[in-house]
Amino acid sequence: MYNSEEMLLEMKGICKRFPGVVALDKVDFFIRKGEVHVLMGENGAGKSTLIKILTGIYKLDEGEILFDGKPLNPVDALDVQRKGISTIYQEISLIPQLSVAENIFLGREFRNKGLIDWKRTRQEAKKLLDDMGMDIDVTRPVESYGTAIQQMIALARATWLKAKLVVMDEATSSMDDDEVRVLFSIIHRLKAQGISILFISHRLNEVFEIADRITILKDGVRVGEYRSGELTRLQLITKMVGHDASEILSQATVREKKRFPDYVEARNIRSGVKLNGVNLTIGRGEVVGLAGLLGSGRTELARILFGADARDEGEILIDGAPVHFRLPAQAIGKGFAFCSEDRKVEGILPNMSVRDNMLIACMGKVNRHGIVSPQRQREMVQKYIDAVRIKTPSMEQNISNLSGGNQQKVLLARWLCMKPDLLILDEPTRGIDVGAKKEIEELIREIASQGISILLISSEFEELVRNCDRLVVVREGHNVGELQGAEINEENIMRVIAQEKKREAV
Amino acid sequence: MSTQIRQFNLQKYGALIVLVLMIILNGFITPNFLAIGTLWNVLIQAFPVILMALGMTMVIATGGIDISVGSTMAISSIILAKLSIHLEWNFGLSLLVALLAAGAFGLFNGVLVGVFHLQPIISTLILMVSGRGIAQLVNDGVVISFYGNRYTDMGVYRIGGVLPIQVVMIVIAVAVVYFLVNRTSFGCYLQAVGDNGRTARLTGVRTTQILICVYLLCALLAGFAASFETLRLCSADPNNIGNNIELDCVAAVAVGGTSMSGGKAHVLGTVVGALVMQLVTTMVNMNNIPYAYSLIVKAAIIVVALYLQHRKD
Repeated sequence: MYNSEEMLLEMKGICKRFPGVVALDKVDFFIRKGEVHVLMGENGAGKSTLIKILTGIYKLDEGEILFDGKPLNPVDALDVQRKGISTIYQEISLIPQLSVAENIFLGREFRNKGLIDWKRTRQEAKKLLDDMGMDIDVTRPVESYGTAIQQMIALARATWLKAKLVVMDEATSSMDDDEVRVLFSIIHRLKAQGISILFISHRLNEVFEIADRITILKDGVRVGEYRSGELTRLQLITKMVGHDASEILSQATVREKKRFPDYVEARNIRSGVKLNGVNLTIGRGEVVGLAGLLGSGRTELARILFGADARDEGEILIDGAPVHFRLPAQAIGKGFAFCSEDRKVEGILPNMSVRDNMLIACMGKVNRHGIVSPQRQREMVQKYIDAVRIKTPSMEQNISNLSGGNQQKVLLARWLCMKPDLLILDEPTRGIDVGAKKEIEELIREIASQGISILLISSEFEELVRNCDRLVVVREGHNVGELQGAEINEENIMRVIAQEKKREAV
Repeated sequence: MSTQIRQFNLQKYGALIVLVLMIILNGFITPNFLAIGTLWNVLIQAFPVILMALGMTMVIATGGIDISVGSTMAISSIILAKLSIHLEWNFGLSLLVALLAAGAFGLFNGVLVGVFHLQPIISTLILMVSGRGIAQLVNDGVVISFYGNRYTDMGVYRIGGVLPIQVVMIVIAVAVVYFLVNRTSFGCYLQAVGDNGRTARLTGVRTTQILICVYLLCALLAGFAASFETLRLCSADPNNIGNNIELDCVAAVAVGGTSMSGGKAHVLGTVVGALVMQLVTTMVNMNNIPYAYSLIVKAAIIVVALYLQHRKD
């Protein structure tokens, strides 16, 4: 193993502010030559902002970056690549229809009298991949190979570009175990050549297996840098999502176990590599929290429940009767409602008014025979603007002009006005300021007190602790535990997530 | 803030300002332009473009486009003439079949876009090309003319001897589409599909059905416009009717302020846009300017309209 203490990358005092949020606050981040460094943190911790600053997509507000001893002033992605940093994204940046060889040398083709020297291109590609221990046909289009192979082709390109640092952003998130194995063996080879890898993953097992060092970010601040061996799983999770023991203690509330009548049940849900047989029950009027780290399959389960995505296996029952939703419209018909975690991409209708945004899901209720009654619409919208305390100059205001918190309230109102039986909330307080967060949480409790069942997903465990009657804990698409009543506290959640799986106890 | 308001108004009323300017300009340079007869003629000539641009507005508001409307006109026109003139069917029945044919085209487009998620421009390219071929085959590419026929009165009918029937139909069609877009759930859904299709689906909008309906409506409007044009012109010419009309329709929508990427549908803006396009043609015709110039002027107007839209984004 190439074990040097020599620094390759030094990011010092990095600050990055966005309107209303400090994404990174004086973050230090170091990578040594020939090491695999894992960057960890939950939603909003600042990982992707840090990566984007490093790769020239964002400009930093403060701080300095040294790469290989020289100041790195990232101009754009291409400039950074030339300086020796290659980035491989989860969504692979290869061109699917072009051959493996073409992709590897794209933009740096071997030429012979102005024409591309195909023979040499193929030979060099073959050699490069052979060196990585891969035996594939370089003339076939990239799209004919699976994601793992595609990632490795991207790696081959990176090594050929003489990258000193390869950034792999959630490279393994759609891979199965065997594919991960192959990828890791290649990462070990690259390491042996003195190439450093910055690896981002949410799978704890992988992190402990591949990492030499781990840097943890939380809420835009660096928690610390650790050698892989010096942290236990529990410590790692605590540092990522937890609070100090004293803080946890102060929040502890005594609560009773309550019984709720059976309502919704999901049995043995499987989907791709993300869900491997998850079970979930929700009682009438119950607030169930779905706890787990990013990538644990929480969102996938919620979407399947709502009919937004298809499942491979498993059944969903309402009051004991199986249902088959192929469309969200059908789930809505059964009284389900779903707030997506990504407000911009699949929450708001960005060019439409607050009124239309709020009423889109209950047009059938507020309009008679499909015909708009402006007065009934106004009454309904005004009622919910007051009820959830939305701050907007008028209901005809374009929703994009509202703050994140107020947008989120409009989306909550969208579902409240259809009077749902089950409200699924995926990260309802993400990306909004602290004051609005508190208000949203109050609303959630208010909704629950009206007897509406809630499935709450959140990366902030204290949010789950404060609001849930019961917690279902998932990891890597499995159930790993359940917490009820007095058992619900942050420490227990982390302990359940951290516990070793039996088959790994070797 | 004040620049914001100014931009907004320019965006909203830009097309209207251009229309007024063109009317004033024509008043000076075009002989007899302001005579009431000329104004009626402008509207009669704008009739097909206005009707079809209304359908196009809905399609474009969903984020799509329908370039097959010219061919849809051709098929409706030739079927109407073939059945009612050659085969001497009852006129109402002939019209019904002509509209059904247009509806079939619309359904085909809607299914490709809504069910199979093909790109709208490619989906509708299929019928743009083959639809005209089918229309030509109906009567072996021969024009059907029917001067002095009892149906021809309908195409030139004027209420009270003054108000052309086309003007009445324009008013009805605009009112119906305006109502549909602004005062029904359907109208809200179609704009939601264009504004953010993923959100629309997640809020229970049946996007497939909406898309099929929208392409269907667009084709039906084309079929209806074609039927009346056929009566007015006393001929069904599958080779030429509706040639390039899809371009005028798209241009009318763009000039009218509806975003090409979907979202808000500006029905009245489209009407103004269609009138602007027609005025360009009229101005060129009545001043003996070569036709080619009208194409260049239209292109310039489209560029300006898109520039204004782009500034907003």
